[in-house]
Amino acid sequence: MPIIINGAAVSLPDDPRVSLLDLLREYLHLAGTKMGCNQGACGACTVLVDGERIISCLALAVQYEGRAITTVEGLATGGDLHPLQRAFIEHDGFQCGYCTPGQICSAIGMAAELERGLPSHVTADLLLDEILASREELAERMSGNLCRCGAHNGIMDAIAATFIHTETSRSTGPDSAEAAA
Amino acid sequence: MTPFTYARASDVPDAVRLASLEATKYLGGGTNLVDLMRETIERPEALVDVTGLSAAIEDHQGGLLIGAAARNTALAEHRMVRETYPVLARAILSGASAQVRNMATVGGNLLQRTRCAYFYDPEGSRCNKRSPGEGCDAVGGFNRMHAILGASSACIATHPSDMCVALAALDALIHVQGPAGERTVALTDLHRLPADRPDLDSTLEPGELITAVALPSLPTGAHSTYRKVRDRASYAFALVSVGAVLAVEDGIITDVRIALGGVAHKPWRASTAEAALRGRQATPENFRAAAEAELLDAQPLRDNGFKVPLAIRTITATLGELTGENA
Ligand SMILES: Cc1cc2nc3c(=O)[nH]c(=O)nc-3n(C[C@H](O)[C@H](O)[C@H](O)COP(=O)(O)OP(=O)(O)OC[C@H]3O[C@@H](n4cnc5c(N)ncnc54)[C@H](O)[C@@H]3O)c2cc1C
Ligand code: FES
Ligand code: FES
Repeated sequence: MPIIINGAAVSLPDDPRVSLLDLLREYLHLAGTKMGCNQGACGACTVLVDGERIISCLALAVQYEGRAITTVEGLATGGDLHPLQRAFIEHDGFQCGYCTPGQICSAIGMAAELERGLPSHVTADLLLDEILASREELAERMSGNLCRCGAHNGIMDAIAATFIHTETSRSTGPDSAEAAA
Repeated sequence: MTPFTYARASDVPDAVRLASLEATKYLGGGTNLVDLMRETIERPEALVDVTGLSAAIEDHQGGLLIGAAARNTALAEHRMVRETYPVLARAILSGASAQVRNMATVGGNLLQRTRCAYFYDPEGSRCNKRSPGEGCDAVGGFNRMHAILGASSACIATHPSDMCVALAALDALIHVQGPAGERTVALTDLHRLPADRPDLDSTLEPGELITAVALPSLPTGAHSTYRKVRDRASYAFALVSVGAVLAVEDGIITDVRIALGGVAHKPWRASTAEAALRGRQATPENFRAAAEAELLDAQPLRDNGFKVPLAIRTITATLGELTGENA
């Protein structure tokens, strides 16, 4: 069985050592997805698998046989950018752009998680069906994507503008070492 | 990465049979194993993918039975976990990132290996966990992140899992199947203290597969939560964490279970503190005294003395939160 990348069936490499990230970049020359740490820590390699966000650097491609992968190259429809891509441009959601494909794929996965009511570390009430998408929620949910340029404010603005309609105030997380000490 | 073969297990007996080869490892989401293989710390000759085995989360004897292939996200999201075992949902949600939690399985989370920087440095550091008998560079090195309880002169690494701390507080049982048949191990007996064999993280026999985790029902009126203290607000391993279950009737503690993360080679069940609290009044003074009693035997290292008062304060605050006191 092949693997589906942005709608196209692709055959898997024979060597099971090939990560999903290497399959995309080195075998298929889809260079949108980036390698930052190759250790799961930065989120630059984030892609969507059947709509769920994962990091492709620690994913062995062979494990994703038959699954549908979406990368940043697969988000535009017929020349029209995805609304989140447009929002990143509008809100200065990047500087060097290296973390951007991962940020965008991650935020799309995040929006689906919020939509279905998945709580996060900062959700006060675990039993609510609808979670208020506050700035604090967005920051916590996007913490797996680092930006070494420090474009986080623009990134948050782009995500908020695309996925939440009521702007809420900023606040800090409850559990930093400082807060507990 | 050294070469390996890959096979997908169709059911539990198939997995155990495929893994009967000497240097085989089971593969969950790969978020720990693939990383360690790339660093050549793990060098399996064969991987048996067990993500296709049971991931069901179902009612079981008043509690829950969780298939080992369940993803971390699915477990934290499950209605009954959120309602009945908030300590577990909160522990999982405080670990790693959303992407990692979407990939990570329950079985893999249980057997993830330490994040000790010396363990992760095969080129430059000695590590008894990696190469038994070689020595430990963490003992005299930078050991801010390391253990304060139950360590040995051979190893001061900590167990990194948040989920396991919650499972320790919940008296979870681990269902295992191996070449010699099925058995059940208490979560608190799954991981080991290092003693002179830090290369062994768990008490599992070679080839044993974790098939499920069973959560017993909680006493009526019990509340639970998880508190994690780390260097940044998100996406960092715990310096100290506390998973606690508490039941109070008329001001008296009828049931209490406390487990600590970030302090030992295994999730640390705080049985001294529990014994000091059972039957006593649920007051901040008693919480603090019990926490101090638990940490009496702590042996801080050069850089991690701060973990002792931090653990005491975090236990006190977590129990306070469960009684509705703002500690
Ligand atoms: C950047 C980063 C940050 C992280 N931060 C945190 C954190 O803050 N808190 C935290 O708790 N965790 C954290 N983690 C660790 C993460 O939780 C683990 O990597 C994950 O839970 C492992 O699950 P997996 O299914 O991917 O395991 P794998 O990597 O597939 O396997 C891990 C081990 O378990 C064995 N195994 C897997 N399934 C079974 C089974 N059914 N039976 C027997 N053996 C099995 C494998 O052989 C292997 O030895 C972090 C990870 C990364 C990469
Ligand atoms: S490259 Fe995958 S998380 Fe950094
Ligand atoms: S824009 Fe440069 S890393 Fe984020």
